[in-house]
Amino acid sequence: MKSFTYERAKTPRDAAAAVARTPGAKFLAGGTNLLDLMKLEIETPTHLVDVQDLKLDRIEPTRDGGLRIGAFVTNTHLAADERVRRDYGVLTRAIVAGASGQLRNKATTAGNLLQRTRCPYFYDPNMPCNKRKPGSGCGAFGGFNRNHSVIGGSSLCICAFPSDMAVAMRVLDATVETVRADGSARSIPIADFHRLPGSQLPVGEFALEPGELIVAVTLPKPIGGRHFYQKVRDRSSYAFALVSVAAVIQRDGTGRVAFGGVAPKPWRVEAAEAALPQGAAAVTAAAFAGAAPRPDNAFKLPLATRALASVIAQAKAEAA
Amino acid sequence: MKFDTPAGQNPIDQLKVVGRPTSRVDGPRKTTGTAPYAYERHNVAPNQAYGYILGAGVAKGRIVRMDISEAKAAPGVVAVVTTLDFPAPLPLGLANIAHLFGGAEVAHYHQAIAVVVAETFEQARAASTLIHTEYARAPGKFDLAKEAPDAPLAGGSRGGGSGTPPIDRIGDFAGAFAVAPVKIDRTYTTPGESHAMMEPFATIAAWEGDKLTLWTSNQMIAWSKSSLAKILSVRPENIRLDSPFIGGGFGGKLFVRADAVCAALAAKTARRPVKIAMQRPLMINNATHRPATIQRVQLGANQDGRLTAIAHASTSGNLPDGEPETAVSQTKLFYAAPNRETYMKLARMDLPEGNAMRAPGEAPGLMALEMAMDELAEALNMDPVELRVVNDTQFDPEKPNRPFSERHFVECLRTGAEKFGWSRRNPKPGLVRDGKWLVGMGMAGGFRNNILTKSAARIRLEKGGRLTVETDMTDIGTGTYTILAQTAAEMMGVGLDAVTVVLGDSDFPASAGSGGQWGANNSTAGLYAACLKLREAIAQRLGFNPTDTIFSDGKVTAGGHSVPLADAARGGALVGEDGFDPTDMSKRWQQSTFAAHFVEVAVDSYTGETRIRRMLAVCDAGRILNPKAARSQVIGAMTMGAGAALMEELAVDTRFGLFINHDLAGYEVPVHADIPHQDVIFLDHPDDKSSPMKAKGVGELGLCGVGAAIANAIYNATGVRVRDYPITLDKHLDKLPAIA
Repeated sequence: MKSFTYERAKTPRDAAAAVARTPGAKFLAGGTNLLDLMKLEIETPTHLVDVQDLKLDRIEPTRDGGLRIGAFVTNTHLAADERVRRDYGVLTRAIVAGASGQLRNKATTAGNLLQRTRCPYFYDPNMPCNKRKPGSGCGAFGGFNRNHSVIGGSSLCICAFPSDMAVAMRVLDATVETVRADGSARSIPIADFHRLPGSQLPVGEFALEPGELIVAVTLPKPIGGRHFYQKVRDRSSYAFALVSVAAVIQRDGTGRVAFGGVAPKPWRVEAAEAALPQGAAAVTAAAFAGAAPRPDNAFKLPLATRALASVIAQAKAEAA
Repeated sequence: MKFDTPAGQNPIDQLKVVGRPTSRVDGPRKTTGTAPYAYERHNVAPNQAYGYILGAGVAKGRIVRMDISEAKAAPGVVAVVTTLDFPAPLPLGLANIAHLFGGAEVAHYHQAIAVVVAETFEQARAASTLIHTEYARAPGKFDLAKEAPDAPLAGGSRGGGSGTPPIDRIGDFAGAFAVAPVKIDRTYTTPGESHAMMEPFATIAAWEGDKLTLWTSNQMIAWSKSSLAKILSVRPENIRLDSPFIGGGFGGKLFVRADAVCAALAAKTARRPVKIAMQRPLMINNATHRPATIQRVQLGANQDGRLTAIAHASTSGNLPDGEPETAVSQTKLFYAAPNRETYMKLARMDLPEGNAMRAPGEAPGLMALEMAMDELAEALNMDPVELRVVNDTQFDPEKPNRPFSERHFVECLRTGAEKFGWSRRNPKPGLVRDGKWLVGMGMAGGFRNNILTKSAARIRLEKGGRLTVETDMTDIGTGTYTILAQTAAEMMGVGLDAVTVVLGDSDFPASAGSGGQWGANNSTAGLYAACLKLREAIAQRLGFNPTDTIFSDGKVTAGGHSVPLADAARGGALVGEDGFDPTDMSKRWQQSTFAAHFVEVAVDSYTGETRIRRMLAVCDAGRILNPKAARSQVIGAMTMGAGAALMEELAVDTRFGLFINHDLAGYEVPVHADIPHQDVIFLDHPDDKSSPMKAKGVGELGLCGVGAAIANAIYNATGVRVRDYPITLDKHLDKLPAIA
């Protein structure tokens, strides 16, 4: 771990300004991902601005009937919130499908959205990785890529975004609220928050400016329906998704669906959702048009279809 | 004590203490944090500095230069030792294939090339990243499938069995197989696996003049003491190892590894004690692993199921001078058939060192053989249990006048079938549904040799009447402390609370050590021999006739006289020291252990995910010294078998030559949620040819056959046969029932 300086900011604006004016500075929230990466010197911040005193740990109703989730609300707290469990069940289910109890107690809402990839080439400094060392190449593209993206990646990076929570946020049309160094606020739709790697270096990751701090994630008013989060993995717990499906399905069979484990961001194609009443294959044919799987992970395409079919079958069974 | 005839009636047969389910005597220490592991022994040597190993960043090549100036100048750094400080690799220790340190050549990825010593762990780790190493990469061979066709035949010394020449032939396999009315000819693959024990390799090393002490985590103290003497060019009598508590080893800690060598070298340079725990990302590529295999099994049978021809060939890879994974061992002995052929091939490769992991040979070998038996049963339209019953043998199939010492495999099969409800299995696969789940049952036979080896111990009757056992035997989490205490208590006629067991110190008599499931039987037999000596000494001091002296209820009784045991030590402590020497007992009788594994699984018909619902193991492993500890061994092994069947795989990057999933996020082992109810039944058949304890090993038997039982259950559930382990969902997804 590289030596670094540390401060605890008092307001979001101060925190943003502190990170913006210090080259190499980063925010520290739960630290479940950042500290691991610092130990491996994959992250080497010179200065950490701790956001725990910013009072961003509340979940409050919004004027238009939604919920505003403070950036520092822990995954455990969010998943257990009665309003979330009642009105946004897909979110609770996604959160508890991820990590472990200990990690969820510490991990925060904003931190979850800002997770780095779990690609093994990213984690081994001897290996090429454009995300860790732009220009070194993508180790996974021609290597071990069973857990990687089948769509949205490029030859520069085919990592998969590891979050479960974010997939549910995407299906709920959440909005990421930020404060910038100059004190101005911004709202970023979750659809735009994670950037695809693209065809130029450095590979894209998050739609944040230097020093821009997430202060909240806002959920629109509840949309009803039955909520599902199906996570498919090699072991029953404590593993990243091979494929996950976050879905909200209405009584008439219409609904929304987003996929995890398949792309560098939560993968949702709104236009494909119209096909939900026709069944899973019709949805995934549209949602994964243009997919470019690698040899190790081509199974994710049929798996996504089958996982969605399982969700649709459950929805039908519950509605009957 | 020479053991050269079957054991007769002896004090162990009383079974007042031995044979009873007994909580581990070290349990309170384990659960109160007072059983320290190697890295936690803060008080054994003052002023400990922290060492951190830097692993090679390439898989093969030469180090052209290393710049350590920045690292040496980093905060807190005490010393930096590099492999280039030594002109050539240090000598190999016992069973080491790649050198552990020294010289410019890199033989495999993450081979240790430097160790940084600093005042704190964090400082040492940070400084290690400031070492700048320039390599001249060399091409290497990393793809077993590519190398296998040209791999030469190889013998192998590990795994037991009845001889391992390059090709073992009995009768005329080719002729018999050609005319067999029913036959199976299939290829199965198993991946490389990692021991993935909880406690990493860890050592504290301290020098006093020429004398070196290592507080370490090692399964085989005597082997490792002599190995370290060789590697470090130190006289054996100047080395002491101490390894009383071990957080898992599974064969990974049978031999000296880089932590011990680097700690010793670094402590010498730093001139103070140095402690090293290997960081998890280095554990997989720096150390050893179970090699991957490609196995071909050919079975020919008559319509009645009797095997007429068995062939098993296994190809694995290893570094130069490495050994093959002995995956054909059990096939030489498990089933009768007049015509047989077994052989191994070994590809010379440049991946990290392949070496022993729990049940080396049998674990992957049975994953192939027992799936092939399931396939044969289906081809015969015969119950898989019955197929195994009709092919049982009471003799070494290669040497018909050499019987098994005890073999109750058929009883394992019958008992298991009954207890598991095997008759409820639908022999036609893919037909049993429970909602979205496809449900299936599978079974497999388990086989693992019982290895006899010398083992010594010392027992002292202290003034006051307590007994202290001393041996360099290790407890790797298996319950050794407890069975040794039980043995001493039984022999000396006292309760467990009168016995103290001290283990893992190389100054103590050399034991069997822990490995190959030989620890329990041999180490207790060694203590049995020592106890006989102590009993003689006590009788002599008391003036009793040794032959009719009885040790019972804390008293010594002979000729109508009875005195408290403690009285014998009034004039000073008495010591008994001796060893168990099994002579040629395992040559005269084939000594093996047997199991039948039964498993029920459910496979998600949509996603292909497998969830195990029930597991049962029925074990025939001689006298069970402590059914509670033995059960823990078997359920742990069944869990490991579940990992092997469903998820564990060292993923090879064939370009860069490493196992790329080198941490516990990438190398998945089962979690609690993967493991259902597990039942274990032990048959009660003491083996008087194994030792005076009449016990045999059980810790590896529990793993042998589990993987195939799970695989066969998956097939019974889905009707899709996957012959490529682990059976992850992607391998059968496209053949599962179509979805609506």
